[in-house]
Amino acid sequence: MNRILKRALADIRDNGFLNAITVATIALAILISSAFGLFFINASRLMTLWQQGVRVMVYLQPEFADAAVEDLRSRLEKLPAVGKAVFISKDDGMARLKKQLKHQLSLLSNLKANPLPHAFEVQLRPAVRDWEEVADLAAAIQKLAGVAEVEYGQGWLDRFAAILRLFKLAGFGMCALFFIATVFIVANTTRLVLYSRREEIEIMRLVGASEGFIRMPLYLEGILQGAIGGAAGLAGLLAGHLYLSAQIDPGLLPSQFEVRFFPPALIAAILGGSMLAGCLGSLLSLRQQLKT
Amino acid sequence: MMAPPDQQAIIRLFGVHRRYGALNALTDIGLDIFQNEFVFITGPSGAGKSTLLKLLYLGEPASEGQILVDGLNLARISRKRIPDLRRRFGIIFQNYRLIPTRTVFANVSLVLEAMGQKEHLIRKKVHSVLRTVGLEDRDSALPLTLSGGEQQRVAVARAIVGNPQILLADEPTGSLDPSSAGVIMALLQRYHRRGATVIIATHDHEMIGRTRGRVIRLEHGRLLPQPTADTP
Repeated sequence: MNRILKRALADIRDNGFLNAITVATIALAILISSAFGLFFINASRLMTLWQQGVRVMVYLQPEFADAAVEDLRSRLEKLPAVGKAVFISKDDGMARLKKQLKHQLSLLSNLKANPLPHAFEVQLRPAVRDWEEVADLAAAIQKLAGVAEVEYGQGWLDRFAAILRLFKLAGFGMCALFFIATVFIVANTTRLVLYSRREEIEIMRLVGASEGFIRMPLYLEGILQGAIGGAAGLAGLLAGHLYLSAQIDPGLLPSQFEVRFFPPALIAAILGGSMLAGCLGSLLSLRQQLKT
Repeated sequence: MMAPPDQQAIIRLFGVHRRYGALNALTDIGLDIFQNEFVFITGPSGAGKSTLLKLLYLGEPASEGQILVDGLNLARISRKRIPDLRRRFGIIFQNYRLIPTRTVFANVSLVLEAMGQKEHLIRKKVHSVLRTVGLEDRDSALPLTLSGGEQQRVAVARAIVGNPQILLADEPTGSLDPSSAGVIMALLQRYHRRGATVIIATHDHEMIGRTRGRVIRLEHGRLLPQPTADTP
């Protein structure tokens, strides 16, 4: 193995320019696709945090009888996604509104009667992470007797979730494309290396070298190109991540949210994928070029 | 002097043909070469000498007929066993065929690396064989910095370092001055005395005249009748 590694490193040194181009291209591919992944991971965490803070407001019909409050609370709390249902009477609602509008109280001064309906503030269980579950819960609450309207900020959150889904799809697509591109780039480099060394390979065969002896360093070269390119791409991404994280105004994000980099397992997986792409590139090229 | 040949055939050819399209490079070759024989294959350019050598190490396949090398039938040998076959040969090519980007040491050690030998053994054997061919102080030189004679000596070192049973040499002195050619021939004879079978393709009649060995004559791809004595 040591000898094969030495030969692979010597080959990389002998074909320095070709290998540098390949490593740089792999690094770029990893950088772009990982940037998508990193954005997606952080946006998903942000979405989850927002989701966990979501309060579903259940506005009741004007004729709703106070006597039915406990019955409705009990039916709400029996729904699997509901953690707690807090009743907010129309008077409590007005008091909250006045508190929120303490500098614009004149807006409310002309009101002859309290126009607010009774309401329930429904808090979700922590396990509820999927935005579709929230939408299903709202639909189920809407069907309960006495409920006039259910509001959970679906407008912008739905749009955000849709954008996130789009990013997820685009991210997967780009990862797949960059993986294929990496395979072909490595295949092409290996092909050029093989072309420049065809006489040497022929001599190796004639002196009794096995196909494994000839091919193993080239596979290893592909794996090393993938590893070095992947590491360089991730290093570039980390630098960009550190720079951009320092530029973000913390006031724009939830207090418990911080922009994170990939966890070690995912870094290992990206490097593994990059090495696999390198190995597949070599394999593809060797299968075509080194037919005996 | 040449050691008396063992009468066991190490190479046998039966009705071998080699065709390139409509051109018959070799026609109906039947031949036995014995262990520890010193054999010249001679004939004019285009007679099929190099082609015959290539068929022996499967540099090219025979179009028809059977070739046995040390009991291996080349028509039936699997692709995986070809390296095995080639390690039984040491091959000296017409134009040296050294790897220009590798040093003398690396060119010679390649054979032993391919055989999977240990690094310290490789060092020992390569230095020993370079001493034998008189190039022990040129081990770190690149082939293109050497003279033709020196390059051919590297080729000889590469051919014998793995201690093969059979040495094939295709015009080993063709592009050398008489003095260098003499050195190469002396090396080949020395290796033959160690028990190897040596087969040389050449059209250098002077060299054949100076060296004891069986002479096989080819013309237009056909074997000419062989003299009974082992001298030309």
